[in-house]
Amino acid sequence: MARLVLQTPLDVRVLEKGLSVGEALAAFNAAQGAAGAVVSFCGKVRPDGEVKALELTHYEPLTLSGMLDLAQAAKVRFGLEGALAWHRVGVMTPGEAIVLVATAARHRRDAFAGADYLMDHLKSAAWFWKREKRGDAWHWIEPRKQDHADLERWK
Amino acid sequence: MGVRILFLGPLRDLAGQDECEVAAPLGWDGLLAAVNPAVAEQLREGRVNLAWAGKVLADKTQLSARDGDEVALLPPVSGG
Repeated sequence: MARLVLQTPLDVRVLEKGLSVGEALAAFNAAQGAAGAVVSFCGKVRPDGEVKALELTHYEPLTLSGMLDLAQAAKVRFGLEGALAWHRVGVMTPGEAIVLVATAARHRRDAFAGADYLMDHLKSAAWFWKREKRGDAWHWIEPRKQDHADLERWK
Repeated sequence: MGVRILFLGPLRDLAGQDECEVAAPLGWDGLLAAVNPAVAEQLREGRVNLAWAGKVLADKTQLSARDGDEVALLPPVSGG
């Protein structure tokens, strides 16, 4: 298997197909030799029973550049050694990974805060739209009040 | 060639189509007239953004699209 090579310090991707969490984190950890702390978060399609599938769409001309700006902002704000931000688009089934972020810093607080910051912004300030299939019908997921409150914490 | 208008996320359902093409030039008033009333109403709200030629407009009324340009209507996002 070809070894996964990450961009450093920031590796940002929009993925059309499966997201390999273990492989990504192993590569990220290996690429961040100077860090004393590595934190990761993986968001998955909740196996809620009723939900059969989740679809993420995006606006390609804005998505990746917006995510890069976001990762850069996190790096500067928390003094990160590096960050990884991968987001899936397309149709996913319960249990599948939707998003993976990882941060590396000299100390844990910055790594935790950086991952938290990245996730809050990916949820409600990146160009993605989410809908889920319940029964035979698709329903758009509106941003929740909590998502906006989470985002406000960083302002 | 005209101006390509894209409806993203839930606006796609409201518009009843993914995209459409209208004659250039296209300004703010022209855009409101080109889309159906339900979409126009959403567009007037602050929570719907407008991207023109790959950039999100700080002031939507500044739209001034020319032949071959792409205009995208961006409703509130929900990622992660």
